[in-house]
Amino acid sequence: MLLGVLLAALPFLVDAGLGRTWVRILDFTLLYMMLALGLNIVVGYAGLLDLGYIAFYAVGAYLYALLASPQFGLHLPFWLLLPLGALVAGLFGMLLGAPTLRLRGDYLAIVTLGFGEIVRIFMNNLNAPVNITNGPQGISLIDPISIAGVSLGQTHTFAGIEFSSAHSYYYLFLALTLLVMFVSMRLQDSRIGRAWAAIREDETAAEAMGINTRNVKLLAFAMGASFGGVSGGLFAGFQGFISPESFNLLESIMILCMIVLGGMGNIAGVLLGAFLLTVLPEALRSIGDFQRWYFNRIIVDPADLRMLLFGLALVLMMLFRPQGMIPSAQRRREFKHDDAPQEPAPLYDQQK
Amino acid sequence: MDLSEALLASLLEARKLCVAYGGVKAVKRVDLDVNAGELVCLIGANGAGKTSLLKSLCGMVPASGGTVHFRGASLTHKPSHEIVRHGIALVPEGRGVFSRMTVKENLEMGAHIRHDRAAIASDLDSVFTRFPRLKERAAQKAGTLSGGEQQMLAIGRALMSRPQLLLLDEPSMGLAPLMVQKIFETIREISQQGVTILLVEQNAKLALEVSHRGYVMESGEVTLADEARALASNPEVRRAYLGE
Repeated sequence: MLLGVLLAALPFLVDAGLGRTWVRILDFTLLYMMLALGLNIVVGYAGLLDLGYIAFYAVGAYLYALLASPQFGLHLPFWLLLPLGALVAGLFGMLLGAPTLRLRGDYLAIVTLGFGEIVRIFMNNLNAPVNITNGPQGISLIDPISIAGVSLGQTHTFAGIEFSSAHSYYYLFLALTLLVMFVSMRLQDSRIGRAWAAIREDETAAEAMGINTRNVKLLAFAMGASFGGVSGGLFAGFQGFISPESFNLLESIMILCMIVLGGMGNIAGVLLGAFLLTVLPEALRSIGDFQRWYFNRIIVDPADLRMLLFGLALVLMMLFRPQGMIPSAQRRREFKHDDAPQEPAPLYDQQK
Repeated sequence: MDLSEALLASLLEARKLCVAYGGVKAVKRVDLDVNAGELVCLIGANGAGKTSLLKSLCGMVPASGGTVHFRGASLTHKPSHEIVRHGIALVPEGRGVFSRMTVKENLEMGAHIRHDRAAIASDLDSVFTRFPRLKERAAQKAGTLSGGEQQMLAIGRALMSRPQLLLLDEPSMGLAPLMVQKIFETIREISQQGVTILLVEQNAKLALEVSHRGYVMESGEVTLADEARALASNPEVRRAYLGE
């Protein structure tokens, strides 16, 4: 209840305290939370290391941009684009999943990494011979999201309170993040969630339990991808402009860092990780202002310092709390019993 | 124990079964039968093709030739998740417990293909009665169990699917001699309670002691098939596998 009031009042508090820019940062935080929850299904639940997750975000974003911008003169409504984005991204998820079903661990990571780059490079080059994506220039003037005739791109006054565009987007993103959270929680406790856990633990044994490992893995890829597709569409509408640059490998790694840092497999942990890794880099920008104020000049470029501190934080985290800040129950157990008898090496794989 | 083959209904029937990895033939035209209620063992040296044969029976490696029938239905080329639903449960080599799940969660995974909750709960109780150690450690994660306990868990988990045929792959591997003895007693008990078992084992002495019939495999082929007692007194088997 209290949390509900706080979440509802948050954009106004942030607006009053830190300014409009920070409301937008808040919106981005929610987008990243959705992305991280989506990747958490693939990596945290099913244990499939996906380093190209941003590709699904790109697919969702480009789908929205192409169907709701002057690029093709199409302006499809949001309520249609949202499920369509989920569906198409889900299909792309299966497209990635199908050829990689037999791969495990590192091999899977390499293929997914390649997949992510292929999607980005496609977006970058699909401007000739037929111009589809507008290449590196990206697509601009994307329609803002509009619900029931109310465009979230404009400022609205409702009951005497002024809602800026950033505020309206906040509420939409919040609602969808809560929905994604709810779906994630239900999935974890479901039959499918348990099947994912079994595959993550021991694929051969999971097969022996009667789990259709092929379908269940494809489902993990598709579910995770569809969450990414939804966030991508929201991103395109919110930002009004997208280009292939936004979907590079570093973004995939960043989202992976969010879930590793926060606690893989744990929803609260994933949300915290997404929050910290979106807000902290922004907060560290102010180091530049601080230097200017204190030394009257900029000694260290804040952008460099940000990456330095970020790297340092990751290293320290992996050294002192590898299970993440809020680890899932299973990972907590795993890290607690380091001296426990270990599983013998998987002999099945050696015979293949 | 005298189990005459003619009186028993054939449960599993493999004919001319072949398994190949690339060009290497691991199993060559093997005929194998398991009748209802029997405990059959498959013995042989390392690399003789025992595990390949077993994995092909439960659909984990494709057969490159031959047929498998189970209770009259063809299992040839069926995927493993369907074969489990026919009533065949595998206890994989190296146990394959879900080490980060608790003992109870592991056992519940064993009943993944079932939906009859009340019966699952009662089966869980009977596994706990059979293995009191597992009951004591029900909330503990499976990776912290000792090797023998993990083997019990793997067997218990397989029983949770109410199999008609239990496939055991090297249950004695990596266990202390006392524990091996105990696992074999358990296997005998399960068999006496009416579960049909196909046991793949390197410890030929113990395997032949508990089994009704046995097959001897050598470089991918079945070289001998007989009553377990006859095999145990066969001079060739005694020399090659029983260390005499």
